[in-house]
Amino acid sequence: MKYETQRVAYPFFAVAMALFALQVVFGIMAATVYVMPEFLAEAMPFHIMRMSHTNLLVVWLLMGFMGCTYYLMPEEAEQEIHSPMIAYIQLAIFAVAGAGALLSYQLGIHEGREFLEQPLWSKILITISFLMFLYNTSMTLLKGRKTAINLVLMLGLWLAAVFWLFAFFNPSNLAVDKLYWWWVVHLWVEGVWELIMASLLAYLLIKMTGVDREVIEKWLYVIIGLALFSGLLGTGHHYYWIGAPGYWQPLSSIFSTLEVLPFFAMVMFAFFMFWKGRRNHPNKSAMLWTLGSATLAFFGAGVWGFMHTLSFINYYTHGTQVTAAHGHLAFFGAYVMMVLAVITYAMPQLRRAQPYNQVTNMWSFWLMTSAMCFMTFTLTFAGVVQTHLQRVMGMNYMEVQDQLQLFYFMRLGAGVVVAIAAVTFFISIFGPVKEQAPATAEA
Amino acid sequence: MSDVLTRSAARNIFYGGSLFFFILFAGLTAHTHWYMVTTSTDSEALTDSVKRGKHVWEENSCINCHSILGEGAYFAPELGNVWTRYGGRENAETARAGLKGWIRAQPLNVPGRRVMPKFDLDEEELDALIDFLQWTDSIDTQDWPPTPAG
Repeated sequence: MKYETQRVAYPFFAVAMALFALQVVFGIMAATVYVMPEFLAEAMPFHIMRMSHTNLLVVWLLMGFMGCTYYLMPEEAEQEIHSPMIAYIQLAIFAVAGAGALLSYQLGIHEGREFLEQPLWSKILITISFLMFLYNTSMTLLKGRKTAINLVLMLGLWLAAVFWLFAFFNPSNLAVDKLYWWWVVHLWVEGVWELIMASLLAYLLIKMTGVDREVIEKWLYVIIGLALFSGLLGTGHHYYWIGAPGYWQPLSSIFSTLEVLPFFAMVMFAFFMFWKGRRNHPNKSAMLWTLGSATLAFFGAGVWGFMHTLSFINYYTHGTQVTAAHGHLAFFGAYVMMVLAVITYAMPQLRRAQPYNQVTNMWSFWLMTSAMCFMTFTLTFAGVVQTHLQRVMGMNYMEVQDQLQLFYFMRLGAGVVVAIAAVTFFISIFGPVKEQAPATAEA
Repeated sequence: MSDVLTRSAARNIFYGGSLFFFILFAGLTAHTHWYMVTTSTDSEALTDSVKRGKHVWEENSCINCHSILGEGAYFAPELGNVWTRYGGRENAETARAGLKGWIRAQPLNVPGRRVMPKFDLDEEELDALIDFLQWTDSIDTQDWPPTPAG
């Protein structure tokens, strides 16, 4: 750690991991309701668990992105963070907004659009905190060195803030509401968040492989170019059946198919740089998470997204468990794993230690990754069966759900393994430093 | 792509291309907005009661179990076409009574069945909610869903 203010990242990572733990807990509770329908039916109905699960994911990922930004910005800009005090204050505001929303959900206080359930005061606090964050990091960037990595990262974060403003716009026409709702949801996860992910990936690869910055930054621009050229018009794969014109079907079938390309480029990029790199970096587990993230993002976001993005397929699969399968693996591969990769990379420096507890960390990688893949497979099979019975045969929804029980049992099992893996990760990261780096490693 | 494409060329392609596609996307969104308001949805039938119904739908977070036009939690049936499923297009009175009765009967307490909570909706809220579902059913969704099962 070259810059003292990189330490600011530590509390962000800690709070993010606490919320990650809660997210997994709510996920397991919701998965339990699928197999034991009366579970907590009175105390906490399913819709509360579900909004808690999804909101926690978004909030902790945003905190993770902030932590990652505070960690890498001083190194990239060669400049201390503009104001650590602002960072701590905006973290506190963000934590209050997130925790406050979560608590209010348990009391049945929420707004009503999916993923945007935060009460208005919470949305406003989130906006304030995010603007403070952007001010703080942008000031650091302005004073310091501009690289492709910190420019693209900041562009992604600024655009995320801009599109977030559509969360305050709720038209009374349901079709129009959905049209702009996707300007937040799709343009985040299939648009500007990819800029954030790609720049974090590029940063980790520069640090751990030692490949030339010139080469890596060129790849970065190519990847994010592919992401936005395909992803902007690809938004239309959500416009097929909500009252939009028919032209979105051919147009977005083509462009959202191309959304696979940036993820394919990322996985090629990551492995190519890994083989090309001369440096044998001692933090093996961070490298594992990095390569794993690129790989699972390709399968989860790329392949599983393509599987149901063509309009004539989506006509049958839209809104089934196929979507749930894709959602789980895409978020996990692209964003969860990338934040965990940066945390795994940064924590030894933040704790002023050689890379530590690597075997434990790698156990958590393989456990979590295989469990998430298994969960995705079970939901995919459930989705295919559901699509056939309900969308082709026209069988009643509830009768179809009864046919999917076995898959829901297996999904719950996968969720429990994810929880075990998450605990293993927390122990390896925050627990006592036991193992030093392997003796062969060079610093 | 070592010498063919330089870093600054890649950067310029990214900024130029993204701007181009964003303007195209924003233009198509504007057209879609216009199309929704004039063609695919019934703007005249979008009464105060339908608006209130959408509010009831949101206040009770129906979307975190159900789906509407295929978006939601997939834990409970699709409601974008529930009006059709209840026969509302043939007999509006029966469908309305049926939907109200169903919501009021919750929770059903059938062992092993997913539980819909009891929501305290008064007569006016129930009517508004059903007006909203009826209005939603009339959206031109390019013939989705494929079967009435939703």
